Amino acid sequence: MDLFEYQARDLFAKHGVPVLAGEVIDTPEAAREATERLGGKSVVKAQVKVGGRGKAGGVKLAADPDEAVARATDILGMDIKGHTVHKVMIAELSPEIEAEYYVSYLLDRTNRTFLAMASVQGGMDIEEVAEKTPEALAKVPVNAVEGVTIEKAREIVAQAKFPADVAEGVAEAMVTLWDTFVAEDALLVEVNPLVKTTDGRILALDGKVSLDENADFRQPDHEALEDKDAANPLEAAAKAKNLNYVKLDGEVGIIGNGAGLVMSTLDVVAYAGENHGDVKPANFLDIGGGASAEVMANGLEIILGDPDVKSVFVNVFGGITACDEVANGIVQALELLKSKGEEVTKPLVVRLDGNNAELGRKILSDANHPLVQRVDTMDGAADKAAELAAAAK
Amino acid sequence: MAIFLNKDSKVIVQGMTGATGMKHTKLMLGDGTNIVGGVNPRKAGTKVDFDGTEVPVFGTVKEAMEATGANVSVLFVPPAFSKAAVVEAIDAEIPLAVVITEGIAVHDSAAFYAYAKSKGDKTRIIGPNCPGLITPGQSNAGIIPGDITKPGRIGLVSKSGTLTYQMMYELRDIGFSSAVGIGGDPVIGTTHIDALAAFEADPETDLIVMIGEIGGDAEERAADFIKANVTKPVVGYVAGFTAPEGKTMGHAGAIVSGSSGTAAAKKEALEAAGVKVGKTPTETAKLARAILAG
Repeated sequence: MDLFEYQARDLFAKHGVPVLAGEVIDTPEAAREATERLGGKSVVKAQVKVGGRGKAGGVKLAADPDEAVARATDILGMDIKGHTVHKVMIAELSPEIEAEYYVSYLLDRTNRTFLAMASVQGGMDIEEVAEKTPEALAKVPVNAVEGVTIEKAREIVAQAKFPADVAEGVAEAMVTLWDTFVAEDALLVEVNPLVKTTDGRILALDGKVSLDENADFRQPDHEALEDKDAANPLEAAAKAKNLNYVKLDGEVGIIGNGAGLVMSTLDVVAYAGENHGDVKPANFLDIGGGASAEVMANGLEIILGDPDVKSVFVNVFGGITACDEVANGIVQALELLKSKGEEVTKPLVVRLDGNNAELGRKILSDANHPLVQRVDTMDGAADKAAELAAAAK
Repeated sequence: MAIFLNKDSKVIVQGMTGATGMKHTKLMLGDGTNIVGGVNPRKAGTKVDFDGTEVPVFGTVKEAMEATGANVSVLFVPPAFSKAAVVEAIDAEIPLAVVITEGIAVHDSAAFYAYAKSKGDKTRIIGPNCPGLITPGQSNAGIIPGDITKPGRIGLVSKSGTLTYQMMYELRDIGFSSAVGIGGDPVIGTTHIDALAAFEADPETDLIVMIGEIGGDAEERAADFIKANVTKPVVGYVAGFTAPEGKTMGHAGAIVSGSSGTAAAKKEALEAAGVKVGKTPTETAKLARAILAG
C-alpha cells in the first residue's frame, strides 16, 4: 500500500526523522487556520500518489492565511496525471535550502536483502539519476538481521560522498529512517529531497512510503491509512468478502483457483479474444484452493455485479479440493444467488480438470443450468467464453 | 535420485497439530512420505493417530531431529509465528525447511533468509507461500496432490501452485522426477536457478519445465544461468502478460513495476537462452512432448 506524502510525514515524525510541521485538510477554508497555526505563512501541497505535482502546479507558497485559502481553492479538485486532488497538506515554510539529497531503503528482491540508496543529487527523479549518473547513486546492501546502526549509516553516507559538514546529520537521519522502515513494516521509505538548510539543519521535505499488507496483523494502525475513497467499488466489495480481486477493463469475467492459474487464465482469454472482437479479461479473481460453495457464490456475485462483464469463465483445477466438490459449489452458488434474488443472466463457461474431474463434469451436466456450459480444456473454454462475450458486446 | 527429496527423506511437520497441518500430514502419509514426527511445544510427548499411523509430537525441531534423524521439515505455521518457527529449524540445522505458509511479512522472510545465510546456509529453505515439492512415488513434502501423476523423467520448477498441478496433469502420462513449487513471494529461499542446477545434475531428469510469472527478475537471471550451465532441454511458461502495472496479482511478488518484471521481458530472455516458451500451459506441455519424442 502506497501512502500519501502527509501520511509518510506523520510516520517519519513518529520515528524521529526530522520533518517540518504540516497538517492535511480537505476544504479551502481550513487552510486559513492551519496557516495561522504555522505563524501566517505556509506551503500548500496537493496530496496525490503520483510524481511531478510541483510541475503540474500542485505546490504553491502562501504569504498569508488569505493566500493559503486561495491556493487551496486552486489546488483542491485539480487533476494531476489522472489523479484528482481531494486533500492538501498545509506545511511549514522551509528555511532557505542550501543543498538537496536523496535517501531511501527498499527491498532488493534479486539479492533477497534490503538496500540503502543515497545520493547528493536529490530533488529530481532518482530513476533519472540512476540512469544518467549511476556513480552518483550509492547502493549499499543492508542485512535484515543486523539492520542500520549509526556505524552502518556512516558507511552509507561515506559511499554516497556526502560533504563532511552534513555527514553526521545525514547518518543520524538514516538511522531514524531505518527505524521507520522496520517499525512500520515498510517495503519502501524514501526521502526526496532530504535538504540541508542555510541554518545548518537536515530536513526531510518530501517522502514516499509503501507498506507491506502481509504485516497488517501486527500493524493495527495501518488500516486507517488506507485510501478507501480511491478504491474501485467492486474491489472494495471483494476485499470486504476477503476475495483476491483486481478490476480490469475487459468483458470476460474470470474466476479461478490459485494466483498463477488465474494470471494464466487472463492471458489465455486475451489470446482467444484476438479471434473474437478483441474481448479481454474483465478482472482477476483468485478464490484460493478451497473453492467452497460460499466462496464461489461470493465470487460470482462480485463478477456478475460488474456491468462490463458479458460472459464468465470459471477455470478450476481440482487439486486437494476435488472437482465434484467444486461442481457442487458452483451449482449451490447459482441457487444461493437465485434465493437472494440475483439470478444469473450472463453465460458461464466452466472448465474443470484434475482430481475427480469426471465426477464434477457429470454434476454440472446433470444440473443442466441453461446458462452454464462445460468445456473441458482451458484453451477451449477460454475460446468459448471470449466468443460469448463478443456476441453480447 | 530426484532432487531435494526422496524415499529416504525423514520428514517432520511444524504446525502438524493445527487443522491445515493435520489435513496435509494425513495426505502426505497417504503418498508414502516417511513422516517421523510433529513439532508443538504444548503437545510434546503426545502422539497423533493418522488412520493407524502414530506420529509422535516433539517440543522442538532439535528434539525431533535427535530422536528420529529427521532431515526435512514442512511448516504449516500461521504467518505471525512463521519467523520464529523457521529460525528454530535453522538453529537445529535441518537440511531442508519447506515453508508452505502464505502471507508472511517481507521483513520476516528477509530476516529468516539472512539468518540462514549467517548460519552458514546449512538449511535450504523452500518457499514461503509455496505448495512444497514432490518426488512422485517416493515422498511428498507439502500440499501438491500426490495422485496427479507418476514417477517419470521431467523435472518441474514453478512459482505457482496451481500451475504446477496443471502442468503435472498435462504431462501425467510421462511422469516427473521431482516437482518443486518455489513460491510467489518477493523473498523466497530456493530460486529457479537452484532447482535448475539440481535438475541439471540429476541423472534421472531428462527435461526441465520452468514456470514463471510477473514480478522481479528471477526468470531473466534463470535464463542467463540456463545459457551458461544447463545442457538439458528446458521448456518455459510465463504467466501474467495481461497484468496491468502497479497491481498485485494474487501473489505478493506478482507485480509489474514500471518496465521491470513484465511477462514479455521474461519470455524474451528465456527464448534468447534457447528455452522454448509456450503461449498457454497446454502449448507448453506440447513443446515438452515434442522434445521428448525427439
